[in-house]
Amino acid sequence: MTATDSRQATRADSPEPLRQPRVISFSHRLSRWDLKLSPYLYISPFFIMFAIVGLFPIAYTAVISFMDWDLVRNEGTFIGIDQYVWILTQPHFWTALRNTFSIFLLSSVPQLILATFIAAVLDRNIRAKTFWRMSVLVPFVVAPVAVGLIFNAIFADQSGLINTWLEGLGLTAIPWHVEPFWSHVAIATMVNYRWMGYNALILLAAMQAVNRDYYEAATVDGAGPIRQFFAITMPSLKPTLIFVIITSTIGGLQIFDEPRVFDQFGRGGAAQQWLTITLYLYDIGWGQWNFGRAAAMAWILFLLILGIGLINLLVTRGLVRDEGRRGAASRRQIRAQARAAQKQVKEAQR
Amino acid sequence: MSTLGTPTPLAIVEESIPNARQRRRGARTTRIRGSRPGFWVYATLGVVFISAVFPLYWSFVIGAGDSTTLRNDFAWIPGQNFIANVTAVMNNEAVNFWPALWNSIYSSFLIAASVVITSTLAGWAFAKLRFRGGPALLVFVVATMAVPQQLGVVPLYILFSELGWTGQIGAIVIPALTSAFGVFWMTQYLRQAVPDELIEAARVDGASMLRTFWTVGVTAARPAAAMLFLFTFVGAWNNFFWPFIVLDRQNPTLPVALSLLQSNYFVDYSVVLAGVILATIPLLLLFVFAGKQLVSGIMAGAVKG
Repeated sequence: MTATDSRQATRADSPEPLRQPRVISFSHRLSRWDLKLSPYLYISPFFIMFAIVGLFPIAYTAVISFMDWDLVRNEGTFIGIDQYVWILTQPHFWTALRNTFSIFLLSSVPQLILATFIAAVLDRNIRAKTFWRMSVLVPFVVAPVAVGLIFNAIFADQSGLINTWLEGLGLTAIPWHVEPFWSHVAIATMVNYRWMGYNALILLAAMQAVNRDYYEAATVDGAGPIRQFFAITMPSLKPTLIFVIITSTIGGLQIFDEPRVFDQFGRGGAAQQWLTITLYLYDIGWGQWNFGRAAAMAWILFLLILGIGLINLLVTRGLVRDEGRRGAASRRQIRAQARAAQKQVKEAQR
Repeated sequence: MSTLGTPTPLAIVEESIPNARQRRRGARTTRIRGSRPGFWVYATLGVVFISAVFPLYWSFVIGAGDSTTLRNDFAWIPGQNFIANVTAVMNNEAVNFWPALWNSIYSSFLIAASVVITSTLAGWAFAKLRFRGGPALLVFVVATMAVPQQLGVVPLYILFSELGWTGQIGAIVIPALTSAFGVFWMTQYLRQAVPDELIEAARVDGASMLRTFWTVGVTAARPAAAMLFLFTFVGAWNNFFWPFIVLDRQNPTLPVALSLLQSNYFVDYSVVLAGVILATIPLLLLFVFAGKQLVSGIMAGAVKG
């Protein structure tokens, strides 16, 4: 910046017969203002929009959560923490919490194992790489609602594909929409379907960043492919895996679309078998039209995400150090990595 | 590498372990470079491919049948009724298919275009301009990405109903016009894509900040901007939670319309799935044209972190 300034000064001083000196000094001043103001001008659209549709709503959610909101007057009366107490004493809340965690575990655990496996297969010297990579990503562009409807038909209790197959094999049909566990399996399958290929590609990128010499050395030392996978690939993937876990936790705790369309009523099942936290939030806010409770619910959800994120981060910090130079990260992972990095910088400064 | 003086050990390993990891990149010995994995790798990929595509194919089969197709034991070949079912979807008054399609197209386009423009501007400032508070503000931007959508929906709904915008597409476009992820993405990209000397040279030549941004920044940002456009477009198209809350049933987007297909008390899966296929076709077409970029976008975003 200083270099630029001084050079411009030189340029302004240099004699230019056709121009008036006054004009030059004016443009010089203009250029200085330009230099100072432009950055703020460029970032202002984001920050202005964020203030209106991000910051204000977050703060206002906190305010509303302490209120009994009147929809007609669009005003609230302050009632303290009653809304939070109400939610925490609802059995449905605890059911929703259990369901959310159950669906999350059933989706993320098999998903990550399979995604790692698919990534390892894609990482081999295969023909038509681009074709295979693209094919695993197809589900990613299908809307979650569409995925939900498709799998809802596949998992239909009476006539669904899976139950037809099971009966064809002489087995008993599974009550996908009745038993909580099976409904969670069905919903988790939808999540897995949509995100597996995406995660596989992220892990593939991480695998390709591993120095290939390690594998050659291991091959020479006589290590088989499985040994190599667990001794070289997995340790190098660890940070990426942890970030994928964090991101799928954040996403999983907010799950709404798939359980919403899992039956035609969208209320989480007759006995709340697949009611999730966000589904419950929607029902309180726009089914029962109680904004104060919905706001309190939103803050509880946020605190949950924050808490679990922090736990993840604490676990991560210890594990990330063993491999510094790894870079596989999705958008959310990039964030998480940035956060972890900042934390480390702060630690170091202390 | 020097340890691999003779090819013999490798050859032995290769023969004795058929699945020995053969590497494409960085595999600098001729033996490794030439080898291809065996049948089981392609079999696995085939299974993955089928499980990715089969649900879509199957829903087309059902969507092209009549209401009894689902009950038939094994339907594999699409029936004759696709057009009829599609017509049923289009004529279903509860669904508003054409308005929904139009709403999805133009709202996703507006959102993606706006996100690309605002993110490129902000990303340029964060990556290449020095200004007081810049690094701290970037940290703030990144931090905002952790906030769940649910935390804002109640006040946003109140705000838009005060403005009389509930049910309007504006209510889903306005909150999505900027994206913290977009800003971060462009910052990361521009930081490594543009050498500082280039900017200095432009400044020395007397270019204004805006002109420098336009000639140097925008030109360099183009590939990342295209990627960001794709991702934002897909995300906006598939978004459900907020549109479902704020839009009314007469003026939906495609996912909202789809969810309404099923909310009648009688569910005819062949009509529902015909609707699903119909609503999925636009993005599948986009994928056919831009799938390669989406893949490389995910991989690039991953590597850059």
